[in-house]
Amino acid sequence: MMDKYSLLHKIGIYTSIALFITFMLLPFVEMFIASLRPLTHLFSRPEVPLGETMSFVDFMSRFWSDKMSFQAYRDMWVTVPQLPRYIFNSVFLATAVTFISLCFVIPAAYAYARFSFKGKSVSLTLFLAVNMFTGAVLLIPLYKLLRMYGLLNTYWAMIIPGVAFLIPQGIWLLKTFLEKIPYELEEAAFVDGASRLYTLRRVILPLAVPGLIVVGIAIFIGAYAQQFLFAITFNQNRDYMPLPAGIFEFIGYQTVLWNEMMAASLVGVLPVLFIFLFMQKHLVAGLTSGAVKE
Amino acid sequence: MSNLMQMLKPKTKAQTTTLFAWALIAPAALVMFWVVVWPLYETFRLSFTNSTLGTLMGGAEYVGWENYEKAIGGRKFPSIVTRTFYWMFLSVGLKVVLGLIGATLLASNIRGRGIFRALVMPPWIVPIAIGCFGWLWLYNGHFGLLSNFAEMAGITDGPYSFLAYKQSAFYSAIVTDVWIGTPMVTLFFLAAMQGVPRDLYEAAYVDGASRWYRFRRITMPQIMPTVISMALLSAIWTFNSFEIIWILTEGGPRGATTTLIIDTFKTAIFSYKFGAGATRAVLVCLLLGVFSLIYLTVLGWVGKKYGYAGVQK
Repeated sequence: MMDKYSLLHKIGIYTSIALFITFMLLPFVEMFIASLRPLTHLFSRPEVPLGETMSFVDFMSRFWSDKMSFQAYRDMWVTVPQLPRYIFNSVFLATAVTFISLCFVIPAAYAYARFSFKGKSVSLTLFLAVNMFTGAVLLIPLYKLLRMYGLLNTYWAMIIPGVAFLIPQGIWLLKTFLEKIPYELEEAAFVDGASRLYTLRRVILPLAVPGLIVVGIAIFIGAYAQQFLFAITFNQNRDYMPLPAGIFEFIGYQTVLWNEMMAASLVGVLPVLFIFLFMQKHLVAGLTSGAVKE
Repeated sequence: MSNLMQMLKPKTKAQTTTLFAWALIAPAALVMFWVVVWPLYETFRLSFTNSTLGTLMGGAEYVGWENYEKAIGGRKFPSIVTRTFYWMFLSVGLKVVLGLIGATLLASNIRGRGIFRALVMPPWIVPIAIGCFGWLWLYNGHFGLLSNFAEMAGITDGPYSFLAYKQSAFYSAIVTDVWIGTPMVTLFFLAAMQGVPRDLYEAAYVDGASRWYRFRRITMPQIMPTVISMALLSAIWTFNSFEIIWILTEGGPRGATTTLIIDTFKTAIFSYKFGAGATRAVLVCLLLGVFSLIYLTVLGWVGKKYGYAGVQK
């Protein structure tokens, strides 16, 4: 009864949602249209005679032509031969960051979820406070640190900061998942004489798999999204460049190959979009159930 | 050595637990020390030196408060700080309002809401830099959808390059920032809304409370902790938001979109003035720290007075 909407309500809700989603997807639509248009059409702009207003047909003709094709999706591999490498780098970096982060996140989250001990809330708050110091503030000493260890212009230059800034969120997220695993299971294992580490490995981890997947995806998305800053400051080696930095190569000395640049951007988004589409339900449900609990 | 071992040897069960827990946390904590805490200290130290590219690894001279005097006394500093806070308040305000609207819409009991929820997420999951390329093209005066649409609608006479003028560049950057930040805020508000016990709504419904009344008197107070903590987190990220501005305008035109973080990056990485850059980074931390403190104090006070649940732990 309570959740029934009148027709007017329904229309209102659907229109608002449509507007909201339009705002969220508009840039992607624009990118897709731009990627389909040949460069000549992209830059030819039918002029409207002075004093006349642009008609809807004029408007459409600027975004639509008969010559639209997927040519840019073929040409971009020739223009920037390194493109496959950039996409590989992006996926590789995000994957490495995810797995390395999890190695640090899992034991810490387990400790916070299971035990009460001295310094628990203080250290937990400190972990969260790390969020205050996003990479941009710490660029200079990080540069120094990486140079000290000779890690500039390597994959590590992008992996290490990536891992460090994703660990806190990972711990917080995984902690809420682990808290839901009944303690009795662990006690039973203890009674049977299992050691703590054995319990963590054989009892808790298998049960935590859904939570681990959600946290893993969340870290992966974060790592995939935040490569740009570390890539442009800590890495000059083109072989290790991730896509968001490598894509600037389409901006040439004389022309910007916009259509190919947009095509490459959209293709570069595919890996993370793919993962998201498959895991969307788990991710949204997981993130939200984690957030609700407190 | 044996003394130390003696000291570390657990005596009670609680001590064993504490030791074991800390052993599990230690690896993560060490990474934090290495990549966050030490750099923070180093930033602080560098801010009192004249370090440049040549003297970064050592040999920079201590210059006392000179960097701070120059930074704060700089002609542009007051306007940069004002702009940064204006940028933060406006952007976070819009994100929170849009997030509330979006979450309410997506929480409503309609067909296809699963798909709608998925369709709202892309700005968040796509690399920030790539999302910005889309906006770069949208804002283009000659070829972009927005300018052409404005022309057709008769709002502008001809091509309008959104990123070329001071005012419009600033607000365009805000729109992009809001676009990137809204999905996550929406998702967390949605989560909080779903956590509100249903019987509260049912009781209110039976008593004849309108939808708006239920939103105002049940939903809002119930999700307030999430709103408060998300707003703070979002404020910190927005304050430090770098990639969006850098890709769209690089802080221009004529400094119209230069926030503190852009200024820090320009000083440090582009001009290699590491000392002066570190000073700005310290100022960023200080300003954010003061802001967070005021925010939490004021909200704690408001929470006590009006009975909100306070800040989520």
